[in-house]
Amino acid sequence: MPVIEVEGLVVRYGDVVAVDGVDLTADAGQILALLGPNGAGKTSTVETLEGYRRRAAGRVSVLGLDPARDHTALTRRVGVMLQNGGVYPGMGAGEAVRLFASYYDDPLDPAALLERVGLAGVARTPWRRLSGGEQQRLSLALALVGRPQVAFLDEPTAGVDVQGRQVIRTVVRELRDAGVCVVLTTHELEEAQRLADRIVIVDRGRVVAAGSLSELLTAGAGGSIRFGAPAGIDVAALADRVGAAVTEVSPGDYEVATDATPAAVAAVTAWLAQHDLPLADLRAGRERLEDVFLRLTQRQ
Amino acid sequence: MRALAAQTAAELRLTLRRGESVLLTIAIPVGLLAFFSTVKVLPVPAGVHRPVQFLAPGILALAVMSTAMVSLGIATGFERQYGVLKRLGATPLGRPRLLAAKTVAVLAIELLQVAVLVGVALALGWSPSPGEAPAAGAVILATAGFAGIGLTMAGALRAEVTLAGANALYLILLLIGGVVFPLGSLPTALADVARALPAAALSDALHAALGGGRGGAGAWVALACWAVGAPALAAVTFRWE
Repeated sequence: MPVIEVEGLVVRYGDVVAVDGVDLTADAGQILALLGPNGAGKTSTVETLEGYRRRAAGRVSVLGLDPARDHTALTRRVGVMLQNGGVYPGMGAGEAVRLFASYYDDPLDPAALLERVGLAGVARTPWRRLSGGEQQRLSLALALVGRPQVAFLDEPTAGVDVQGRQVIRTVVRELRDAGVCVVLTTHELEEAQRLADRIVIVDRGRVVAAGSLSELLTAGAGGSIRFGAPAGIDVAALADRVGAAVTEVSPGDYEVATDATPAAVAAVTAWLAQHDLPLADLRAGRERLEDVFLRLTQRQ
Repeated sequence: MRALAAQTAAELRLTLRRGESVLLTIAIPVGLLAFFSTVKVLPVPAGVHRPVQFLAPGILALAVMSTAMVSLGIATGFERQYGVLKRLGATPLGRPRLLAAKTVAVLAIELLQVAVLVGVALALGWSPSPGEAPAAGAVILATAGFAGIGLTMAGALRAEVTLAGANALYLILLLIGGVVFPLGSLPTALADVARALPAAALSDALHAALGGGRGGAGAWVALACWAVGAPALAAVTFRWE
């Protein structure tokens, strides 16, 4: 039975529909990424699962509980990392972890947890003097100190430097390997691509695609060649030469509707060379996640 | 129980660590008490010969207001603004234990204030009447009322507005609260309004209990109304995020 089940979730703020019929499932030992542009409804969805938002419609279950009705029971089993900290500004990192540990019956050892997220050296530094990356890692530690079965991480790597990202990714993978169900939201493709077992792309309150990374890349990615070149080249002439339709998807970004055979790629590059046109980049075969993402979330 | 104890200790540590809070709750009351007890520039009620007799109960009232209304209101306002209250909502701590921890922390700070201020007042020659029980009752009622006012502001306004508003209210109630000079020195209409407010009601009740002035049943009625009404208003209007 899935740890998280969401069916037809609708969240409204007055007349604004933030979440418009989202379906989701996530299992134990799985990292699920909710990926979408800012304002897509990711945080509203996650905050409904955390029990902060009332749903206007739909069915939501976390560990078999209703987050709105069984909030108290759920708080013992769920770890939460909010988008904006939520730690007393004057409280030291170690002090905060020890305080949060006191809320749970069987918490992790605060000192070991600080070590694990790389904050042992700043244990006495108050929250407001930590760097953005350190604050995010402290927030992560506070989400984990109660040994949760589900961890909701809202934009966990936002504003975090490279080393900090490594720590956060390692800890998130350890959670997954320990059987925790991890739900993270991100607007960064790379984060979803690196971490997630399952990616759900959300846009304007709706799920526009869901699956593993390779499923998302294969779906709808028919054979094509895409390349970058100066805007406004003669696509009709190129189409004649290659023997397939050529469209300028956006200024300077072209798509050739043919299987990406070596011969077809050679024809494209030869034509460009003949017309003395520079080639900015060339992608053949499967789409990149960025292409899928942009295609699905393109604003009309 | 462990969570409540840890939360209370954390609330106390954070309060004592904020310099402006210690200034407002300890240094200013002690300073006012010592200054006006030794420099006789303010009027005292008829029949009171030493200013400290009148000042000590009034300054105790000011101390209660500074902790329960100003310090609590400002701290809670910023906790709301920084998302601390929201984050705590996702832990098993729960709102009842959070409120209990804040209550115990406020009472503990008040005990500290009473110890310091009574010590200073005695050193300045204060000889209180033996009215500890009614004084303690008045302080508890006033604490509930002031906390209700502070939390109403904290739960509805931006933290910066609460900061400014609570400090402004502190200054106004200091002037019309029977704290450093008797209400009788004010114009009658203003004094009548002031008597309905919790600061004057508390200082009246403390003057009646500890000496230095007279207080009637009206003060107790006002204290009781604020003790019920203000927290009820806070409970209804408080927004946690």
